[in-house]
Amino acid sequence: MHSVDTTAAIPALDDAPLVVGGITLASRLVVGTGKYATYAEMARCLDVSGTDCVTVAVRRERLVNAAGENILDHLDAARYSLLPNTAGCYSADDAVRVARLGRELLRDMGSATSEWVKLEVLGDTKTLLPDPVGTLEATEKLVADGFSVLVYTSDDPVIAKRLKGLGAASVMPAGSPIGSGQGVLNANNLRICLEYLKDGDPAYPVIVDAGVGTASDVAFAMELGADGVLLNTAIAHAQDPVRMAAAMRAACQAGRLAFLAGRMPRRLYATASSPDDGRIVRPT
Amino acid sequence: MSSDITSSPAEVAVTVNGVARALAAGSSLRDLIEALGFAGRPIAVEVDGDVVPRAALANRTLVGGERIEIVTFVGGG
Repeated sequence: MHSVDTTAAIPALDDAPLVVGGITLASRLVVGTGKYATYAEMARCLDVSGTDCVTVAVRRERLVNAAGENILDHLDAARYSLLPNTAGCYSADDAVRVARLGRELLRDMGSATSEWVKLEVLGDTKTLLPDPVGTLEATEKLVADGFSVLVYTSDDPVIAKRLKGLGAASVMPAGSPIGSGQGVLNANNLRICLEYLKDGDPAYPVIVDAGVGTASDVAFAMELGADGVLLNTAIAHAQDPVRMAAAMRAACQAGRLAFLAGRMPRRLYATASSPDDGRIVRPT
Repeated sequence: MSSDITSSPAEVAVTVNGVARALAAGSSLRDLIEALGFAGRPIAVEVDGDVVPRAALANRTLVGGERIEIVTFVGGG
């Protein structure tokens, strides 16, 4: 079969790389490591997605003496920056505890991103929407403890501004609820978040986190001016996860290019692409 | 310290990842980790809500009633 490399045709981005919490990332996709059928499939998807930053969760080690596989056996720590999350935490104190355990794991590995945390303080189990009060409280505590806080939040521009004001390294508004695959539901809010967070500080990293369902969602978020997109389920639960990982990579690049290029204005009526002059016929 | 009804004076009773365990009195966190087969694995340890760095595990003696969490990384988003 003739194989087409869709990435080969993309011209040089002429784009500054994404820098988050002092770490430079080559890719603007951050990819989660959950929900894959196998570690081998996860590793293949991460490779194809082009990402160099992946999220991981902190959980109890199993109380058995088994030589069970660890996810770190399948993640090249030299290739991927590890971003530990506080998923499953419903209070600021719990999130701070889990963040500190993630930091200890990374410090023990000698990781360059040991002070990073993807902060999640959730409001309830049904929506997994962030608890804004707990999120603000945990951000303040973690920043004071020296963390680079990449904070999952709603698309509320006022909360987003407050989180940046508390010293978050990156504000990460949700496009739609975690794992819902609904894409960006409120583009207006996201536009205002971007305007507020980047006011006088254009390099401040804003990453759309959660809700992506397919490639066009990533492209859309990037076209709005997001610096990156964090996703997991959209790849892991696609019918063909590896192919979807390739789609996400292309969509992220396409969206970024379109943002940098600057789209044409929307118009109500048509404007012909072919010249009126020299026509051999006239409009009826 | 909590009432220690399940262990003899020669033992220390703690809770590890939510499960009650008894070890020889005087055991360290490092002894516990070795007994569980976790030595050399990527883990982090917390006692009663505070992280204990790896370098401090050998010198940290278990105290009855302590709640110990031993965690690692798993897949997540």
